[in-house]
Amino acid sequence: MQNILIIGANSAIAKACARHYAAAACHLYLLGRDKRKLEIQEGDLSVRGAKKVDLAVLDSDSLDEQQSALEQAKKTLGVIDLVLICHGVLPDQQRCENDFSYALQQFHTNTTSTLSLLNLLAPMMSEQGKGTIAVITSVAGDRGRQSNYYYGASKGAVSIFIQGLRGKLFSKGISVIDIKPGFVDTPMTNEIEKGGPLWSTPERVAQSITKGIDKGKPCIYAPGYWRYILLVVRLVPEFIFKRLKL
Amino acid sequence: MQVHSWGRFPKTDSKIVRPQSLAQVQELLAAHQQLEPSGLIARGCGRSYGDSALASTLVCTGLLDHFISFDEDKAEVKCAAGVSLSSLLEHFVPRGFFLPVVPGTRFVSLGGAIASDVHGKNHHIDGSFGAHVKELSLLLANGELISCSPTHNADLFHATCGGMGLTGIIVDATISLKPISSSCIEQRSFKAQNLSEIFALFDEYKDASYSVAWLDCLAKNEHLGRSILYIGEHAERGALDAIKRSKLPIPIDAPSFMLNRYTMGAFNKLYFHKPIKEGSKQIIGLQPFFFPLDSIESWNRLYGKNGFVQYQFLVPTDAAKDAIEKVLNTTRNAGKGSFLSVLKKFGPANKNWLSFPKPGYTIALDFKWEPSLEAVLRELDAIIIDHGGRLYLTKDARMSEQMFKAGYENWNKFVQLRQETGADKVFNSLQSRRLGL
Repeated sequence: MQNILIIGANSAIAKACARHYAAAACHLYLLGRDKRKLEIQEGDLSVRGAKKVDLAVLDSDSLDEQQSALEQAKKTLGVIDLVLICHGVLPDQQRCENDFSYALQQFHTNTTSTLSLLNLLAPMMSEQGKGTIAVITSVAGDRGRQSNYYYGASKGAVSIFIQGLRGKLFSKGISVIDIKPGFVDTPMTNEIEKGGPLWSTPERVAQSITKGIDKGKPCIYAPGYWRYILLVVRLVPEFIFKRLKL
Repeated sequence: MQVHSWGRFPKTDSKIVRPQSLAQVQELLAAHQQLEPSGLIARGCGRSYGDSALASTLVCTGLLDHFISFDEDKAEVKCAAGVSLSSLLEHFVPRGFFLPVVPGTRFVSLGGAIASDVHGKNHHIDGSFGAHVKELSLLLANGELISCSPTHNADLFHATCGGMGLTGIIVDATISLKPISSSCIEQRSFKAQNLSEIFALFDEYKDASYSVAWLDCLAKNEHLGRSILYIGEHAERGALDAIKRSKLPIPIDAPSFMLNRYTMGAFNKLYFHKPIKEGSKQIIGLQPFFFPLDSIESWNRLYGKNGFVQYQFLVPTDAAKDAIEKVLNTTRNAGKGSFLSVLKKFGPANKNWLSFPKPGYTIALDFKWEPSLEAVLRELDAIIIDHGGRLYLTKDARMSEQMFKAGYENWNKFVQLRQETGADKVFNSLQSRRLGL
């Protein structure tokens, strides 16, 4: 991994991953909404040993702006060894149920904008004939639960898309990785009461992610124990699952 | 949400905010002034022991954890205040730099290290943390960001280093690093049978870069004050290895009856009599030398669910023997003991208004919190005041206003500066209220 493009670079998990790659002297290209925050990261990553840090403003929600932003990134980096897509929101389930236009906006950010990016990246990466695309989805996308199925569906759709794209790009030498974090203590989950053994830090999650990417795993649960938790969650028969207030 | 600091005593309900940027801190401050007259205080890693980082609103700086710049020629790094000393070490040790001063744990934030003006095993040579701060940015009560250093806004600087976060919120700082050629420490140890012997050892090894003693607080009569002195130097040779992360977790509170005078007596005895080759060089890593307790995650839980108080006092050199004898006799007679008691001889004081260290000896004693403890601590307070000593604010959870004001001669100046900058209306902790700051 030498040249890395991070989309949604101001997210807590993206930041933690970027620090890992900076310490490995990579060239980083950051795309995010808040320019000031990107600039702060630029300084941080440079001190941490990044070979070079470039940044540009992109609101992934603006689908029209994606193409030129990606092209610019490609031009700057030359070969892109890794694209990490990290942007996302945690919608308020109750509000989604009461206000569908709000729900659509959340889907636009979590799902539509991500699929659009993947759609643009697929030919771009195929052309280079090597590289990795890694997307942060969620363990919530593995099975719908009554407490947050809007979020789950918005992430699960991306996971299904990735499965297909992985097959399509396999013959071109591109690996497509699905990253499924569990509960992570980040600004996105600020409103949730935390504590308990399942909560993890962005640093811990980034460790699982970067290790998984190095190994070329198709699907990374972060931290790894979520793989087994979700295995159990998926195995619960529906006639029981529907009665669980999960 | 219920919050406590490292000693797990006291506990209080607080609103926690975790700003992601300076702009958010400023917004917060403006909103706070309009809405709430109650206290707000910055909190880093929550590693102070008592109530100095407890208030009704806590501004946690954990997300303000970025490096800003590094000047390799000058060996100076500038970072946001929420950066932990641990992440600084993780990054800089492999590159041949160590922190100029480290406290007993690396899990403290840069802002916290400055606000507590922490000291380490090299205080007698290098002073406390503040001596190595070149410049810091402080967010005042009115939302203004002001830069201060020993030469620029010096009063604010000397009030802020050691000022327990009561002058404003430290946003970032530039500190100097110490070049090292190896991450190994050459350690030597010496046993002392009593207080006079350990004092003599401290004087004999006053030129050692690092020195600290472990003290058997339960030994009595002719063995009173028996201890083991550890001195250390950075090795010239050896690899520059990052400090390992592995930690032994303590996931639950230990039943508090496990710590009693018998278990502690046995532990202290065994520890003192462990075989050591006195005076011979031993090569050890940074972690076991500087942060032995960091290898046990949440060791604070060993004291049970009611928590503990770390009583760290200092007494001037000429009064030290008498004072320490009285303190140790009082605690032993009261049936209180401490697993780990640490003794250190300080070097000169600095110009910071509320910094703890000044010439003399300091001892840190850990006591499991129980209602009967307070009476014993009051007796100790009286001994310390009588001998011209004081307590460390970072460890304090219970001293009286009168005791504080007797020990810290600059309190008046500090209160005045707080009034002038409007800090007294905004930045308040449970501790500052208790101490009349």
